[in-house]
Amino acid sequence: MGVLITFFWFLVVVAGCLAAGWLFRGIAMRLAPAGAKRELGTAPLTASFGMLMILVYILVAVFAPLIAPFPERAVVGTEYMPWDSVHLLGTDNLGRDMLSRLIFGARNTVGIAFATTVLAFLIGSVFGMLAATVSGWLDQGMSRLVDVLMAIPALIFALLLLTIFGTSILTLILVIAVIDSTRVYRLARSVALNIVVMDYIEAAKLRGEGLWRLITREILPNALAPLVAEFGLRFCFVFLAISALSFLGLGLQPPMADWGSMVKENATLIAFGDITPLLPAGAIALLTVSVNFVVDWQLHRASGLKE
Amino acid sequence: MTGTASDTPLLTMHGLSIEGRAEDSWTGIVNGIDLELHRGEVLGLIGESGAGKSTLGLAAMGFTRDGCRISGGEIVFDGIDLTTASEAKKRHLRGARIAYVAQSAAASFNPAHKLMDQYCEGPVQHGVMGRAEARKDAVDLYRRMQLPDPENIGFRYPHQVSGGQLQRAMTAMAMSCRPDLIIFDEPTTALDVTTQIEVLAAIRKIVDEFDTAAIYITHDLAVVAQMADRIKVLLKGDEVEEADTRTMLAAPKEDYTRSLWAVRSHARAQQPPVAGDAVPVVSVQNITAGYGTLNVLENVGFDIHARRTVAVVGESGSGKSTTARVITGLLPPHQGRIVFEGEVLPPDYRRRSRDQLRQAQMIYQMADTALNPKLRIREVIGRPAQMYLGLRGKALEARIRDLLSLIELEPDAYIDRLPSELSGGQKQRIGIARALAAEPRFIICDEVTSALDQLVAEGILKLLDKLQSEFDLAYMFITHDLATVKAIADEVVVMKEGRVIEQGPKPQVFAPPHDPYTELLLSSVPEMDPDWLTDLLQDRADAERCARQ
Repeated sequence: MGVLITFFWFLVVVAGCLAAGWLFRGIAMRLAPAGAKRELGTAPLTASFGMLMILVYILVAVFAPLIAPFPERAVVGTEYMPWDSVHLLGTDNLGRDMLSRLIFGARNTVGIAFATTVLAFLIGSVFGMLAATVSGWLDQGMSRLVDVLMAIPALIFALLLLTIFGTSILTLILVIAVIDSTRVYRLARSVALNIVVMDYIEAAKLRGEGLWRLITREILPNALAPLVAEFGLRFCFVFLAISALSFLGLGLQPPMADWGSMVKENATLIAFGDITPLLPAGAIALLTVSVNFVVDWQLHRASGLKE
Repeated sequence: MTGTASDTPLLTMHGLSIEGRAEDSWTGIVNGIDLELHRGEVLGLIGESGAGKSTLGLAAMGFTRDGCRISGGEIVFDGIDLTTASEAKKRHLRGARIAYVAQSAAASFNPAHKLMDQYCEGPVQHGVMGRAEARKDAVDLYRRMQLPDPENIGFRYPHQVSGGQLQRAMTAMAMSCRPDLIIFDEPTTALDVTTQIEVLAAIRKIVDEFDTAAIYITHDLAVVAQMADRIKVLLKGDEVEEADTRTMLAAPKEDYTRSLWAVRSHARAQQPPVAGDAVPVVSVQNITAGYGTLNVLENVGFDIHARRTVAVVGESGSGKSTTARVITGLLPPHQGRIVFEGEVLPPDYRRRSRDQLRQAQMIYQMADTALNPKLRIREVIGRPAQMYLGLRGKALEARIRDLLSLIELEPDAYIDRLPSELSGGQKQRIGIARALAAEPRFIICDEVTSALDQLVAEGILKLLDKLQSEFDLAYMFITHDLATVKAIADEVVVMKEGRVIEQGPKPQVFAPPHDPYTELLLSSVPEMDPDWLTDLLQDRADAERCARQ
């Protein structure tokens, strides 16, 4: 019976999510300009739900100080208070309001993960496509360098670099971006290698096009679909990497709210059957799933795949 | 064959309709076709791409491609209705009693298994014979298909034999269970003329010997004239007409059929001889070039004058495209030089000035890969005009529209399309417009019509011809299709294994006496005469006998 009820609630939640997605799509189509309207119409319910969730996360991150009932770092009660009407999700190991920290965590963790992923993609795809287009010694040199970097396990390498350069937010972003850009480089290079042998690239070269235009106008549009897909995945990995680093104590430093370290700090509660420490983990999971819903839809559109 | 057996047809189709799913609706691919095929008879199906030939051919096996369905009519093979037969029953028929030979043998063989193993799969699976017996049989069939070294060729992998041999090996494989019906889906389209002859002869011989019925699908009329007893002409899923091969060739009834027949009639006006002191637009001088230490070209040289078309012909691997790469500067030669209007061009395209690049443009064989699929026509054509001529804004827009009108495409309808929204012929026209946009003096056309249907190709040739006289262009026309050469060339350069075998004005090269290789090339071009292949094979056999004595 218990299993059935759980299953029932699961179905209700899924249906609720899809309904929310459907509603969101309807509203968005009303508000969107004519061009975007048609594209939105092609979005499946999963993608609409994903977009809705991403929008919610962005709003929460931007308006965190307005939404959060308590400040990020203030101790406002005793340790580990249960859920009640004042502290909706209770308090953490130091007596800080859990809900408020969850809200501020969106700002820190999501913002930093996004900045890092964008940076990793800029570095990785530019150099990857450059290597494929120029080829020869430049390609060899960069590719072997990337091989060396990739030979070191990412997490250990990140720990090493962070210990050397310190743990400011900027170093954190740079270190993870550089490490992740090696993966992006590999993908961008291999995708671009298949494109540079096409006749239209030869035609563009013979026309006398410069390297930059060759990469941005001729190669990039054709490499976009796999890169976008990778962006969704990479974002999730970066997200998890930051949380993992925070969990290990080298990521975002306390008292900054961060979902990864929040799980670590309150982990003891799990032993008592309290699910509060899992909420930040849930927030991470929900965002990664949402991002991938949207990316799947975009990928589907860009590649022209049919069912 | 007894009289009664041929009275009951082997295969009949009644009002067969097949639909394909596009977006969210079903559209007709084949609309109510009737077809009848007797034992031992060869039926030719011809039509342009999109006519539904292949779909109809596959339907003869009771098969439709993914996303297609049989929406009406019936297919009866030897008393079995294939539209209602179970999958298991159809599977039992396919390979054993109905076989299929695909267009691209290279893509259809599994590259990881030897030819023999792939041959044996069918007979063993269908329980026709054991593996040892199948192997013996394979050698016999390989011999009948005139494959070299029939005892051992089966132990090679698909990549170790040539395209023509692979196509014959596939036909042997289709024969392995001695089927009642074989479907040939453009088996020689991807082959050179000289190889095509061998495959055609082998197919015809084996179909005759085993008295197999066949459906021969092709868009090449001259080929179908050699192979088929009857011809059925298709257009957009509808039957245009059907008749005996000889009747059809002699007196086609419908206008569409007549237009197919007339397609090779395009001939360019004879040009006056070039003045003795004229400076050629492009002069290829003693080029020796290759990849690494291997020389693909040996001492190649010829001139191309303004308003002249020089056709470079030869089999694949003869160095035609490599010559083009040397001229464009993609492959700097080991020796020799390219002279453009009296000025020596730098061997590497990166060292050529923008103006030098502008003067020589290229049109590619595969319009699909020659146009960036993500750029709109506006940018594809506009970019060279913008780059070389510095056009901006309104002037650029006007120029793009001019160019579209020149290539006979309605500017308003096409300017904002993506290449994927165009047909093959239209894509090739865009390729031409892109070359013209640079206002060049010289254009290299690399097999520009070989991927197109005959009617469409004819249109492209006419367009090129018109543009040449309008803009005083010089063309270098690379092709392996001698019919195209006859239609468009002023001068002909025959190449073989990286050397120029023969060159000169077209009438001179095409008139005897020939170099033996030119003779082979010329005599291999199929003609509309249904007796052509028989006569040719007879002549060649006689010649060989004489040579031996």
